[in-house]
Amino acid sequence: MNNEHRPYTLIAELTYRCPLRCPYCSNPWDLAEHGNEIDTDTWLRVFHEAEELGVVQLNLTGGEPLLRDDLELLIEGAGKLDLYTNLITSGIPLTFERLSRLHTLGLDSVQVSIQSTRSSVSDRIAGAPSFNRKLDAMQWVTALGIPLTMNVVLHRENISEIEEIIALAERVSADRLELANTQYLGWALKNRAALLPTREQIERARTVAAEAKMRLRGKMEVLFITPDYYSEYPKSCMEGWGRRFIVVNPEGLALPCHLAHTISGLRFEHVTQRRLADIWHHSAGFNRFRGDDWLPDPCRTCERRAIDFGGCRCQTFHVMGDADMTDPACSLAPGHHHIESARTQAGRTTGIPVLFEYRTGRGCSSR
Amino acid sequence: MTLTTVRPRLSPKVRLRFDRRTGRHLLLYPERGLELNNTATAIARLCTGEWTIDEMLNHLARAYDDVSPNEIRREVCEFLDVLADRGLLQAMS
Repeated sequence: MNNEHRPYTLIAELTYRCPLRCPYCSNPWDLAEHGNEIDTDTWLRVFHEAEELGVVQLNLTGGEPLLRDDLELLIEGAGKLDLYTNLITSGIPLTFERLSRLHTLGLDSVQVSIQSTRSSVSDRIAGAPSFNRKLDAMQWVTALGIPLTMNVVLHRENISEIEEIIALAERVSADRLELANTQYLGWALKNRAALLPTREQIERARTVAAEAKMRLRGKMEVLFITPDYYSEYPKSCMEGWGRRFIVVNPEGLALPCHLAHTISGLRFEHVTQRRLADIWHHSAGFNRFRGDDWLPDPCRTCERRAIDFGGCRCQTFHVMGDADMTDPACSLAPGHHHIESARTQAGRTTGIPVLFEYRTGRGCSSR
Repeated sequence: MTLTTVRPRLSPKVRLRFDRRTGRHLLLYPERGLELNNTATAIARLCTGEWTIDEMLNHLARAYDDVSPNEIRREVCEFLDVLADRGLLQAMS
């Protein structure tokens, strides 16, 4: 079997339900139209099929995965398959006792996201009082000896806190710090005018993060995830379409990324109807943007095509209306002016507060 | 890292896992992994906190008698640096 298209990571989106309402949420806009969550046995079968396909890392995410009351069973099942299991969580709702139980059952690492280092700002961005409970959750993680990743999605309103964010990560003894600039998809694209930082903000944060990365080398991994709106070339989205990752969403749809099903005209399949290996190898959706044949100009002859695979298909679709084009984040793309004008707008509106449109997930399905 | 007294140990967050797709070992840690060659696997297995680096070198020199001691020393130092850089080693003295 060749390793060119081999998934190493299964991203299991256990639910779209979430106690928070962050304005850059990567969940779909039309939450209310989504169906029922798949059940425990189906997830356990998916883990098994994923492991057979080559998956070694399991990311349990959502929505808020802690809202699944079968999380214990799922983590236990993943542990039996020797998967390295990461829980990606807001930290709410959690108790020390439940975390300890999850750890005993095989949970390997935890990623907690905060919205800001200032509790009032964090709570406002999250749309719910949550900051102090997140601090508790992070302290419980490290008290139990579980490796902790602290994640902060960076945008115009919190990016100037970069030093405080790094200091907080050190204070809670995080093992990794993910400084993840907002990706402008889903809710973040709707809220782009309120979220997109200026180039000066980005450059300053990048410099501070680079200094921290050097200083903390070997102690804490500092990742600054470059925003593609301010890069010359697009990101290597998901390390290539259907190459390294499988996402299974709460309804059981198997996808190359969280938002692939928002691209019109693609067909994806449910894990309840077909084996994961068949979906991975043979489904039209997974094969649609694999290899070089589909590549447009200027990617077709670009030496970077093996690095970035033409960029992000979802971004291309949502900005250009056509997923077959080059990612507009690329400075060589015919649609790059769309990104340039968003950047120009970001420069003009400095200091003017813009309202967020919040995701409202109250009506979505529950088990 | 000094070669005499330090006894490297893999961090508890690290999991060494056989990969039946490639026949190699993977070193897994939060949201990441390294694919190891045979020498790296042998070195990783000795990072238990019991062996000094000198003892590791002697052991590997016996196990891989077709490889020169200098080559083994180079590979061990390089690999331990890779691990230390990523925060995957604890040094027991």
